[in-house]
Amino acid sequence: MALDRLIALIFLAVSIAYGYESFVTIEAGLLPFERHETFLPNSLPKVLTVISIGLCMFILVFNEDEDAQDKKPEIDLRHWRNYHFGQAALLLSGMVAYAFALRPLGFLISTIVFIVGSAFILGERRWLLMLLSAGIGTGVIWWLVQVVLGIFLRPWPGFITGG
Amino acid sequence: MLEGVLTGLSTALSLQNLFMVVAGCIIGTFIGMLPGLGPMSIIAIMIPVAIKIGDPAAALILLAGVYYGAIFGGSTSSILINAPGVAGTVATAFDGYPMARQGKAGKALTIAAVSSFIGGTIATILLMAFAPALSSVALLFHSAEYFALMVVGLSAIAAFAGPGKVAKALLMTIIGVMLSTVGESALFNAPRFTFDIQDLQSGIGFITLAMAMFALPEAIFLVLDPSRGAQQGDKVEIKDLRITKAEAKAIAPVIGRQSVQGFLIGMMPGAGATLASFLGYAVERNIASPAEQKEFGKGSVKGLAAPETANNAACTGSFVPLLTLGIPGSGTTAILLGALIALNVSPGPRLMIDRPDVFWAVIISMYLGNLVLLILNLPLIPYIAKLLAIPRNYLIPFILFFTLMGAYIGQNNETELLLLVGLGIAATILRFADYPLAPLLIGFILGGMLENNFSRAVTLSDGVSFIWERPMTLAMLVVAVLLIVVPWLRRRSS
Repeated sequence: MALDRLIALIFLAVSIAYGYESFVTIEAGLLPFERHETFLPNSLPKVLTVISIGLCMFILVFNEDEDAQDKKPEIDLRHWRNYHFGQAALLLSGMVAYAFALRPLGFLISTIVFIVGSAFILGERRWLLMLLSAGIGTGVIWWLVQVVLGIFLRPWPGFITGG
Repeated sequence: MLEGVLTGLSTALSLQNLFMVVAGCIIGTFIGMLPGLGPMSIIAIMIPVAIKIGDPAAALILLAGVYYGAIFGGSTSSILINAPGVAGTVATAFDGYPMARQGKAGKALTIAAVSSFIGGTIATILLMAFAPALSSVALLFHSAEYFALMVVGLSAIAAFAGPGKVAKALLMTIIGVMLSTVGESALFNAPRFTFDIQDLQSGIGFITLAMAMFALPEAIFLVLDPSRGAQQGDKVEIKDLRITKAEAKAIAPVIGRQSVQGFLIGMMPGAGATLASFLGYAVERNIASPAEQKEFGKGSVKGLAAPETANNAACTGSFVPLLTLGIPGSGTTAILLGALIALNVSPGPRLMIDRPDVFWAVIISMYLGNLVLLILNLPLIPYIAKLLAIPRNYLIPFILFFTLMGAYIGQNNETELLLLVGLGIAATILRFADYPLAPLLIGFILGGMLENNFSRAVTLSDGVSFIWERPMTLAMLVVAVLLIVVPWLRRRSS
């Protein structure tokens, strides 16, 4: 099955789940007086469910994108070995790790580690340059966001600042 | 009126106020480049400074400068790294970023600056000439018409669908609207589709979704295929600002049309720069010749000039209901309304009579703001464009960091970062399968407004009879259907 149809199938499953939530779960949670309202929390979701299921079926049944075979894709997945999927996966994992580290390690340490680590994954080995650029970039953004704009970003780990 | 204009000119051209407009533009441009900090947040942050200034004219001139600067700053990050920090500059990325990738970053930024300047200038002239008369037109729009206008906006997705992709684009729009229903809406007191996740109660952040749909997949594609980065290369000088005669000739009518259209859309409360930029892009694409249509989305100068002109003209248009009726047309003008009240100025029909100095000074300063932006930014463009020359090993980590920061500043919780990564991976897979991502974001942005207006219209008319009972609503819905059906039929027949 072509990837676009597989995605349409996944969206069909998502739409059915969304529809179940709209038609059953939200409906069951409505208070008695709410049921007499003209417009309910599930009114629009119900309409959206019907349209999205219809569109998914249309994509699954009709091969609308007839020219797709002739078009050169941005990334040709048939030659996936030519692309750096490993690096991309590591960088995405780094982003997840950053999300978990931001609070315990504080903004400055976690950001510097993230930027240096990402550059390392991409093949950079000039440590001094990496640390300098990451340090300056992180410091400037922190100063701008926290000091100038007053949006709180805890700079250091909680055990140092006591928070 | 002439007397008022002269009063405004003398106020706006005082040394203090000129300084205010320059400072506002600089602050707005640089902070606006940071994803996550749109005009609304920057103006909100600047309000205490404005109140400290005390003089209402000077304070509003500063805030107007910040407003325009932030819009231009947002366009810069859209063009250079495909990271639209505000909804109004999403459409700028459609053709601005492909131009940057072709090595025309300098030219793209120049077109953005010039289109914004001309769009803002024409809109300011329209504001001066027609503000009082136009304010009554804005009042003709009720929730039913707004609902229909949102549907027109959504149907503009036909403009983003390439050959054979209408159904995919429509599906992505609907998925976007579905995502907008996640969380607690202002209409209902119960959260929907949150799966008991506390952080989802306030819904998915716009910045998170914008970063996940545009900046993150692009960064992943740059990692997957390093030769993509090399295309930004030095074959064409990225600092080159020159617009050729042919390009100027091509964008001139676009700028003219979109200045008026953007202004009229911006004038309607609730519509604003976002809808204006999408509709501007859609209209220009639909009226372009078939050969030019193929260029849209691949670095078309028309595709860049249209949303840039429209969003700036709409920003000016949004001041019509604010200054003449006291009705804020957008989130940003709502914050400006707060600032006006804090400065003891009551916007409304009497503002022009009671405080002509403030009314006209703000209008004149809008023009000055546009001029200052152009003067400040043109010399800076070569340096801004050089950002793309940063080696890949450093550019990609910083792009990833900016996407994370944008999502984090917007919602201030770590769940948003995980959501960003998850949605970013999904968006990358969708790009592999050639699903257009812009319609999803448009659906998300307009979804909330669509539901609010639909609910009001349904409640007021006790059903959906408003569709055929209100001629303007019916006409707009017919236009919406035609927008989808006509290009599809045209493609089928050709």
